[in-house]
Amino acid sequence: MTHEHAIEADGLVKQFGDTLAVDDVSFAVPRGSVLGLLGPNGAGKTTTVRMMTTLTKPTRGTARVAGHDILTEPAAVRRAMGLTGQSATVDELLTGRENIWLIGSLYGLDRRTIDRVGGELLERFSLSDAADRVVKTYSGGMRRRLDLAVSLVATPPVLFLDEPTTGLDPRSRVELWDVLRDLVDDGTTLLLTTQYLEEADQLADDIVVIDRGTVIAHGTPLQLKDASGKAALVVTVSRPDDLPAAVERVREAGLEVHVEESARRITAPAEGLSDITRIAALFDGSGIEIDDLGLQRPSLDDVFLNLTGHRAEEAEPAAGPDGSGADPSAGPAAGHTTEDEEVRA
Amino acid sequence: MSHTPYGALERPEIRHTSLWHQSVTIFRRNLIHIKRMPEMLLDVTIQPVMFVLLFAYVFGGAIAVAAPAGYREWLLGGIMGQTIAFASFIVAVGLTADIDKGVVDRFRSLPINPAAILVGRSMSSLTHSFIGIIVMSLTGLVVGWRIRGSALDALAAYGLLLLWGFAMIWIGILVGSAMRSVEAVNGVMFTTMFPLTFLSNAFAPSERMGTVLRAIAEWNPISALVQAVRELWGNTGPAPADAHLPMQHPVLFTVLWTVAITAVVAPLSLKVFRNRTMQ
Repeated sequence: MTHEHAIEADGLVKQFGDTLAVDDVSFAVPRGSVLGLLGPNGAGKTTTVRMMTTLTKPTRGTARVAGHDILTEPAAVRRAMGLTGQSATVDELLTGRENIWLIGSLYGLDRRTIDRVGGELLERFSLSDAADRVVKTYSGGMRRRLDLAVSLVATPPVLFLDEPTTGLDPRSRVELWDVLRDLVDDGTTLLLTTQYLEEADQLADDIVVIDRGTVIAHGTPLQLKDASGKAALVVTVSRPDDLPAAVERVREAGLEVHVEESARRITAPAEGLSDITRIAALFDGSGIEIDDLGLQRPSLDDVFLNLTGHRAEEAEPAAGPDGSGADPSAGPAAGHTTEDEEVRA
Repeated sequence: MSHTPYGALERPEIRHTSLWHQSVTIFRRNLIHIKRMPEMLLDVTIQPVMFVLLFAYVFGGAIAVAAPAGYREWLLGGIMGQTIAFASFIVAVGLTADIDKGVVDRFRSLPINPAAILVGRSMSSLTHSFIGIIVMSLTGLVVGWRIRGSALDALAAYGLLLLWGFAMIWIGILVGSAMRSVEAVNGVMFTTMFPLTFLSNAFAPSERMGTVLRAIAEWNPISALVQAVRELWGNTGPAPADAHLPMQHPVLFTVLWTVAITAVVAPLSLKVFRNRTMQ
């Protein structure tokens, strides 16, 4: 396989009756990189993955996985990829080891290979002690890890993960991220769907944002953040009394300021790091004590809000037409408020 | 999480496997389910045994039959027919559960023939039903049922039960693919299969039913099967001269019914299965 791109989606369209679930989605994932497919519930993420993994046929368009066309060479696609679905589809009545045997045997691996690779995977995913226990007794995090281990038994060069950490507690989530980073270090190409902006930010080299079936943005996390708005310079003074003087100085530097008195904080648009040194110089020897001075980039959550008019994790109809329907308590950290709930499309 | 280098992307060889190998793998997985949840077998063990006892001892005295050894022996063929008819139920429940939990999707994402999912499911369901047939035979021997025909005829009767089981698989795939949950399967199957098996000669002779009811019962495919195994086991004489055609040639009609059910339901069930799983 000399293809530069491990995954290419080419104008994928999927229509269910009158609804256009996916409308002309195209992107390419270079080998050995991670693409985050980001979007709210019902945006078309799972349908896109189901088309690319040959589970459902696109109405129009096609995709290539490891150089194989999903329409003309579905068998070759299935040999080259692994899929971990939205709900952990490990077999509850089988033990961890039997789950690996089941999938390994269906991949056509011989018993010795399954035992060897399976043993390594169980060890690697910290499941050795539980390997001979029935999966029903596993925790949510263990199931997800086993699900991933099962997908890796044939060492597929391309891996599709549909919301791999939905329903996991924060600790299990961070653990799973570590596992995924290892896989990418080993050369695996990853496509993961997520509604967690933090997850995409942490793992993805590239992000495709889809909403209502169409791609609304595409780029690196940094590019998306830059495109979404300017970074902000934030100055926090130590004494409330100093605030007016501080505001005056920042204004003199030609910047438009926004003041939050209760937080003793001044915010001003900034171009980049050079602004920090410029502002720092203003306060040098002024007698104004500063607690903090820094550059704040917009979060991916801001990016999403900016692109779609609603936050990433609310069901579309719940959002007001201008996004004002958002829960007032849902600050930029909204990504954490629902993370322990099982959310399904 | 340990950071052992992961075979540095040395990919194990993926061999091409046959449909048979794939089906046997899924069959073995389904057998492990039965091993871990033996209560799954209650439907083909305790339940038919209860039917045998209930009918043999509670209703038996009130139902007169023209059989050499009385109602209990005559009843066994009926219970066997009902047990194998319920093979469709077993296929449907297993398939719906696998579709619902995403297991079918996972299998379909692998380099296998999707038919293996259905073949493996059918193999385990027939095994499941045949465990019931064996338990029924043993229970029968205890309550006085005997095989009075030749060994070859007796084997032919078991062969017909197996053949019937194959036809039932298609109904199971159809119902299992069409229903959205195991509860729905239970509802549909109980409300159709129970009346269907009772509207036959399985528990009471059709000869003394009213004209219309008798016609329905004797043209009920299950009645042909039940009459056939009874005759082959020597548990009943030939049907009376005024009985409807299927009762006169029960073996032939059992084969015809299974062919007809398969010819009609198989293409339909595969279509519904494909539509359901390709969504």
